[in-house]
Amino acid sequence: MGNELPTINVALGQYSDLFMLLAAFVYAAAFIAFAWDMAKSSKLIREIEASTLAAETKVLVAAGVGKSTTVKSTPVGEELVNDSMDYVPASEKRMAAKIAVSLTWLGVLMHGFAVVSRAIAAGRVPWGNMYEFLSTGSFIVALVFVVVLLKKDLRFMGTFVIGLVTVMLCGATMGFPTPVAHLVPALQSYWLIIHVSIAVAASALFTISFAMNVLQLVQHARVDAIAAGKADKFPFMGVVPSAGALENFAYRINAVAFVMWTFTVMAGAIWAEAAWGRYWGWDTKEVWSFVIWVVYAGYLHARATGGWTGARSAWLSIIGYLCLVFNFTIVNIYFNGLHSYAGL
Amino acid sequence: MAKQDMKKDVAVPALGFVGMIRWAWAQLTSMRTALFLLLLLAVAAVPGSVFPQRAVNPEQVAAYLTNKPVLGEWLDRFQLFDVFSSAWFSAIYILLFISLIGCILPRIKKHAKALRTPPPRTPSRLNRLPENGTFKIQSATESGITDEQIVNDAAMLLKKRGYRVQARPEGAVPSVGAERGYSREIGNLLFHVSLVGILASVAVGGSFGYGGQRVLVEGETFVNSLVSYDSFKPGTWFNEESLIPYSVKLDKFNITFDRESTTHFGQPIDFTAEVETRRSPEAPTQKETIRVNHPLRINGADVYLVGNGYAPVVTVKDGEGNVAFSGPVVSVPQDGMYMSVLVIKAPDAKPDQLGFQGFLLPTAMTDETGFAISGDPNAINPQLQLNSFYGNLGLDDGNPQNVYVLDTDKLTKLNDRKLDSGGIVLGAGQTYELPDGKGSISFDGLKRFIGVDINYDPSKRPVAIFAGLALLGLAISLFTPRRRAWVKIKNSVDESGREERIIEYGLLARGEDPRLESEAKELRKLLEQQWPAVERAGV
Repeated sequence: MGNELPTINVALGQYSDLFMLLAAFVYAAAFIAFAWDMAKSSKLIREIEASTLAAETKVLVAAGVGKSTTVKSTPVGEELVNDSMDYVPASEKRMAAKIAVSLTWLGVLMHGFAVVSRAIAAGRVPWGNMYEFLSTGSFIVALVFVVVLLKKDLRFMGTFVIGLVTVMLCGATMGFPTPVAHLVPALQSYWLIIHVSIAVAASALFTISFAMNVLQLVQHARVDAIAAGKADKFPFMGVVPSAGALENFAYRINAVAFVMWTFTVMAGAIWAEAAWGRYWGWDTKEVWSFVIWVVYAGYLHARATGGWTGARSAWLSIIGYLCLVFNFTIVNIYFNGLHSYAGL
Repeated sequence: MAKQDMKKDVAVPALGFVGMIRWAWAQLTSMRTALFLLLLLAVAAVPGSVFPQRAVNPEQVAAYLTNKPVLGEWLDRFQLFDVFSSAWFSAIYILLFISLIGCILPRIKKHAKALRTPPPRTPSRLNRLPENGTFKIQSATESGITDEQIVNDAAMLLKKRGYRVQARPEGAVPSVGAERGYSREIGNLLFHVSLVGILASVAVGGSFGYGGQRVLVEGETFVNSLVSYDSFKPGTWFNEESLIPYSVKLDKFNITFDRESTTHFGQPIDFTAEVETRRSPEAPTQKETIRVNHPLRINGADVYLVGNGYAPVVTVKDGEGNVAFSGPVVSVPQDGMYMSVLVIKAPDAKPDQLGFQGFLLPTAMTDETGFAISGDPNAINPQLQLNSFYGNLGLDDGNPQNVYVLDTDKLTKLNDRKLDSGGIVLGAGQTYELPDGKGSISFDGLKRFIGVDINYDPSKRPVAIFAGLALLGLAISLFTPRRRAWVKIKNSVDESGREERIIEYGLLARGEDPRLESEAKELRKLLEQQWPAVERAGV
């Protein structure tokens, strides 16, 4: 016999399922709180604007004298968020955001318990089928988000990120419920641990930079509209940093994620060599991993090409992310290929 | 990365042939073209996932052409079933790589020069740089430290932080010029050169390799020579002499099924082939295993476990009582319970050739509707259910035939569920006498078989090395900041006639550098530790 597999703990697996569901509910509540914060903050911005109208001129002058680094161009709500995305004193007033972050932490803890207990119940890494990719993947997205929140004020992304996590987790529990089981022989490899974990982590980072690039485009359009003398259609965007700051931050995340994605593809090739006898065979999953890699490579090059920075490169990042989502959903479910043992 | 600005309203002078070539080259190697080709490559790869590909799934392509002949023919005309070897896909990546080479060669030359050049001259106004600052220290007469000492110490300090430095103590304003992060460009070039390396390795290595398939029943031996393969695909420059004669004998094949789970009962959880190998005809035999994810690595070739099933052992006697066929017959599994289809051909049978087709049920059961099914993947109650034929098998005209398909055109049915004779149902160890004295068939036993892919691909090692270098280069080029820094000393006399000495510094990022601000803070801290500020002048 090849290897002894551990016994499946069915009872623990059921606890895991229960906590997945509870975590989904808590995330849903956090999502509502984040949305509430967005709605409230536009009111808060107006209040601050009114009370500090006089002081503002002084602040701007002082900023101009002190340092010659960056000239800020955010038209409103500058006090609630800055371009380095640090926590600022005025944001102390965002009670709804604080509730939302606390709920997110609660959700992450329950979600973490669910993922870890699933792993213990199965006696292996918890990413062997579609249910597990989604439940573990959404956990990584939420975890990366709360960890970054410790240092940086990215609460403006909460509605999007936690909304996505909620959808992923609900998709897992409702769309692909799969009881705990052993891995099929093709997945019994330590490359499963390396290849899939890095792929999930890279995807989590791409998710965050995608959100930033979308906000960058909205902010860009909004600032242009205000400059043209039109009404501010999205006052809640006042809690979002400037388009330039979002672009730079998204670039830094994308650069890290791109290196991880490169590694994912390479580790996948090494595993494919051991499992299928060739390191690259243009399987549908390989085709799409390649497309994603090339699009993000295009994005990195676009940032260094005249006329392609700003909105254009943001679009490339968004297209890259859509390819990533397509690769994970449509390709896994509908396309026939060697990666089709995703537990469907 | 030459930038070309061809404005339409400007009269373009005649370029001539050489001029045209130069212009085309400049266009091709421009960043914009490279970006365009890169995005085009992504788009061009997509049909490769939409349509079945000959290189991956030749059967699916054949089925597509049969089901949709008109559309299929047009798709085939545009090479949409061979996307990754098509003329248009190749054209894109070859142009991209030419553009890439045209871009990196001048950059290698330029960077080689930069590595031998001292840091750039000190700008006259450091306060124009994105990060800068000044602070006042004790004057020369107060501290007794010379300008030269300060310049040397500042150069030392920057050198410790990884900068390449040049002390410039001469002139009215003594200064230090420094630059770091030369490896950023080296990493970038390494990455791009490695990509060319990967492509070249695939192209060259692949053509010396080969791949083949073989089905091995328990007890059979594979000897590495062309005739031993069931199918064989050589690379362009493959030479039969390069086949090293090793051998692999399948002793036993084991499958473990999940017997605990209620939801995944009967799902396979392990496949292990126990084999006996010889590296050369003279070499001693070795006991080894082949498992999924654990191929057998033998003499540079790799043997992969890709399929398995049952091979029932049968004996067919003809109408004259002679053995016309005896041995294991490979059956093709149709479901997770290993219900398998099989075909038996006995061309040596006399007076008529005999043929059989039907099913093997490893654990024969009857379902609620009365159909015979297999209830378990293991052979608990093996049963053969066959129809029989006699006549001409069509093997004698010399045309190659699929061993898994019985051509019934010139055959007459002997046994069938619908005939009076009925179908043949054989349990293990049983014999059935064919009607009209045509002969007999017996089910003597059951063996397992494995399907193996045997590959030799000399590109593996160089591709792995270049891929590793590419990853390394990529990480270096994205995460190494390239910065320039300058430190200046300004000696002057203030309004009250007192001597003043000011240290001024400035930093400049080349490319993305989000940490330039913290580097500036750190640098200031170190400078102030060396020469304490006497009074804050500016930030």
